[in-house]
Amino acid sequence: MELIGLANYAVFMGILIGIYALLSLALNIQWGLTGLFNAGIAGFFAIGAYTSAILTSPHVAGRVGGFDMPILVGWAAAMLMATLIAWPIARICLRFRSDYLAIATIGVAEIFRLIIKSEDWLTGGSRGITGIPRPFGDLPYVQSQLAYLALVVIAVLVVYLLVERQLRSPWGRMMRAIRDNEASAAAMGKNVEARRRQAFMFGSAIMGLAGALFVHFNRSITPEAIDPMIATFLIWIMLILGGSGNNRGAILGAIVIWLIWSISEMLTDRLPTEVAIQAKYVRIFIIGLMLQLVLRFRPEGILPEEHKKKPVPPGRVQP
Amino acid sequence: MTVLNFINFYIVPGLVLGSIYAVGAIGITMVFGIMRFAHLAHGDMATMGAFFALAAIGLFGVSPWMALPIAMIMAAVLAVGIDRVFYDYLRERPKILTVMASLGLALMLRSAVQVIWGVDPVTYVRGIVRPDSYFGILLRPRELYTLLSLIVIVVALTLFLKTSKWGKAMRAMSDNPDLALLSGVDNRMVTILTWSIVGALCAAAGFMLGINTELNSMMGWHLLLPMFAAAILGGVGRVEGAVLGGFIVGLVEELSVLVLPGQYKAATAFVILLLILLVRPRGLLNGKVL
Repeated sequence: MELIGLANYAVFMGILIGIYALLSLALNIQWGLTGLFNAGIAGFFAIGAYTSAILTSPHVAGRVGGFDMPILVGWAAAMLMATLIAWPIARICLRFRSDYLAIATIGVAEIFRLIIKSEDWLTGGSRGITGIPRPFGDLPYVQSQLAYLALVVIAVLVVYLLVERQLRSPWGRMMRAIRDNEASAAAMGKNVEARRRQAFMFGSAIMGLAGALFVHFNRSITPEAIDPMIATFLIWIMLILGGSGNNRGAILGAIVIWLIWSISEMLTDRLPTEVAIQAKYVRIFIIGLMLQLVLRFRPEGILPEEHKKKPVPPGRVQP
Repeated sequence: MTVLNFINFYIVPGLVLGSIYAVGAIGITMVFGIMRFAHLAHGDMATMGAFFALAAIGLFGVSPWMALPIAMIMAAVLAVGIDRVFYDYLRERPKILTVMASLGLALMLRSAVQVIWGVDPVTYVRGIVRPDSYFGILLRPRELYTLLSLIVIVVALTLFLKTSKWGKAMRAMSDNPDLALLSGVDNRMVTILTWSIVGALCAAAGFMLGINTELNSMMGWHLLLPMFAAAILGGVGRVEGAVLGGFIVGLVEELSVLVLPGQYKAATAFVILLLILLVRPRGLLNGKVL
């Protein structure tokens, strides 16, 4: 009995890790490949989640909805919506250094949080959206969980292969050239701003997809479901620790950090209530500190980027 | 609506809020101009400073406005320490990594506040203060002191930057770091000075927000967008621009309730930020663009 419980928990964890791996891969396109600082990942995640939820959930009085669309339509719409919102932001901010993008994406996440909380007719306000259908949801619990895990794994695999292919293609080479030396890439006739915009929108679409996968797994969503700052930050540390620029590193980072994060949660939940609340914030503090330590002692991550050439020592001519 | 009512309900709160944003935005603009990166931990540093003042009131039993200088000194020390430990070693690497470190630091500072002081809102003083009437314009003492503090801070800072040797060195670093270093400006000293001023300004902004509203662990994070909007609106690297930007953002936020539902007040700063980046990224007073 104990073992079955544990196996069930492992499947549950596997699904969440898969969703985080998708987000980490998406960030790898934006940061690892292109050097764009997205500090509002949770915002794009929530945009995807709510878009798919609104399109596929049954009708509820006082809220737009009841479209009862197929789940796949919801997922496609989630990706499309996240891309559409990414476009104007990219258009305005990518002309400048990535600092401006960081501020603007924080803004996107904050504004979207406001909209979710206050527009009852669209998002259900603080009650959120419930009764969201789940693929294979009619099966018994265990089969349903396993089927969803398979679905998430397929999604991660497809995105991984897509991004990996992109990385190795001339497009990937061009993106790295832009990231590492913007001026020379521009001099070679590459349209730096347009390429960056492409990468930002591509990454945002996958973040939207991850949001949709999460909402159909959870079957409901409320504004409190995700803390924007903590979710965004977890994904950052996943990518940096795993190795930015390396897709396998992005997935590995998602596994490692999510295990640390949820195991530490289990441990702190056993503490007496007075300390448990403080322990929750100590965990957040430690995640923040971990980023500083990785940046300082292993900036390339566990699995460093493969294509990166070692810098040529000064004074020596490259053969 | 009479003119006086309009002033009392919209202009006065807008100016008070604007002074808070202005003090924060001066710090942002100094880090942006001299250290050359967007300091995302600025808001949470302000939260920390506000709670330092609370601690000073509790420890020494002084009045809130007497606690402010103590909190400013504590925050200055903290800011210099943070730079030493977390930002300084990233100096030679791409600046965007420092931005990332500052995002991590924002989270660390906030959770430290949550561990030490908890998550429930607190206030410096209890009780309701009746506003005094100045020819029909209603001002509470704390609002008057907030405006006066902004004036004192801006005058002192401008005098320091324009006349003192180190102030000139800081302006030189902001204008052209290579030339400044070549002329023998001590980079380390400029860094320490900048961070201590920035830390003190953070504490002042946090304190002013705390005394006019309440203290909670998220107060500073919510200041971040308006402060950046103000700094970029005024022109990055320009102290007087940050003040101008702060007042504009504060007034627009307060006036926005005339046309927008109240809960979207916070969205106006974001709109201002995007608009200024779209039409005039150098800002009103011709600042820098990174």
